[in-house]
Amino acid sequence: MAIEVRIPTILRTYTDGEKAVEGSGGTLSELFADLETRHTGIEARIVDGGKLRRFVNVYLNDEDVRFLDGIDTKLTDGDSVTILPAVAGGMV
Amino acid sequence: MRYDSSLAAVGNTPLVRLPRLSPSDDVRIWAKLEDRNPTGSVKDRPALHMIEQAEKDGRLTPGCTILEPTSGNTGISLAMAAKLKGYRIVCVMPENTSEERRQLLAMWGAEIISSPAAGGSNTAVRVAKELAAENPTWVMLYQYGNPHNAGAHYATTGPEILADLPSITHFVAGLGTTGTLMGVGRYLREHKPDVRIVAAEPRYDDLVYGLRNLDEGFVPELYDASVLTTRFSVGSADAVTRTRELLQQEGIFAGVSTGAALHAAIGVGNKAVKAGESADIAFVVADGGWKYLSTGLYTAATTEEAIAAVQGQLWA
Repeated sequence: MAIEVRIPTILRTYTDGEKAVEGSGGTLSELFADLETRHTGIEARIVDGGKLRRFVNVYLNDEDVRFLDGIDTKLTDGDSVTILPAVAGGMV
Repeated sequence: MRYDSSLAAVGNTPLVRLPRLSPSDDVRIWAKLEDRNPTGSVKDRPALHMIEQAEKDGRLTPGCTILEPTSGNTGISLAMAAKLKGYRIVCVMPENTSEERRQLLAMWGAEIISSPAAGGSNTAVRVAKELAAENPTWVMLYQYGNPHNAGAHYATTGPEILADLPSITHFVAGLGTTGTLMGVGRYLREHKPDVRIVAAEPRYDDLVYGLRNLDEGFVPELYDASVLTTRFSVGSADAVTRTRELLQQEGIFAGVSTGAALHAAIGVGNKAVKAGESADIAFVVADGGWKYLSTGLYTAATTEEAIAAVQGQLWA
């Protein structure tokens, strides 16, 4: 099961500079564990104590997973996951 | 409609259905045309309200200088009100903000201090806070933390939308200062507890992101996550695509942040269709496209060319 994961610039040191990588898992937690097997160190930058880090936002098909089921949000084939530094402001 | 002055003509904007972009007959999308305010953006509401409240509180008195970090629209709204009311105004804005915005500010007499493009509005906020510390007599209304920003929407935008669309199920707006979402969201929820409040957050381009740090996220003081039902992050390519669709299919000429809000509105609309629910989704057209004409995005032959043309200059 392939899920596209978009990686922010700040974390591309873990992905050899790749903007997007593929991973698998039935939940976000499983997906990040799967990424860790190929991109050592990335999981700890996203997850802390079983939760998403405070200043990291993760989006499933553009929707913030904190408003879905957080790190337990279920994934299905073809989903797109985006990891971003937390940002607000900048509009209008 | 007749008003005593242009300041009195803020608000009471049209709500129009999007017959072509709505996902189905049962899932309808409605555009709140905030570009119809006196200076052409939704920011007329919070700007005027913040000034009037500061006057009431005695913070703002004749001869005062107003200072504000703004990427344009709030500054334009404040500058117009300041001009009519006799205040001096200094705006701090990112250096890559469009030329149209700079001219609009200048024509109402605002003085502009540029902040580095890197970090966008976050940097403008930081620079403005430094200037406020150096100039204690200047009055920073500070849209990111001033409860009267959200208060303006609680008092006006929210009631207008509910009156025009009593069947509303979703409200969608851009997430900047968060004032629109907090104010309208609180009002609607008080009257329709099941209403869903949806934020559309602009996703900065890689160039901007490369200069950021994960620990530098700036969250406006007004932001209260409990008001939101969900939050979308919209990339500039999707925002540009929707801005062009809104123009070409519905005849609405809007700015790019509106395209981002429309993208989220269509996103929740498609989820409603999948779930077999009916929905009335209202979203905010924050401003018209005039200030972004120089990007070329409206006249580019293809959406791909439009996206390429706006890289790096959109969200400032």
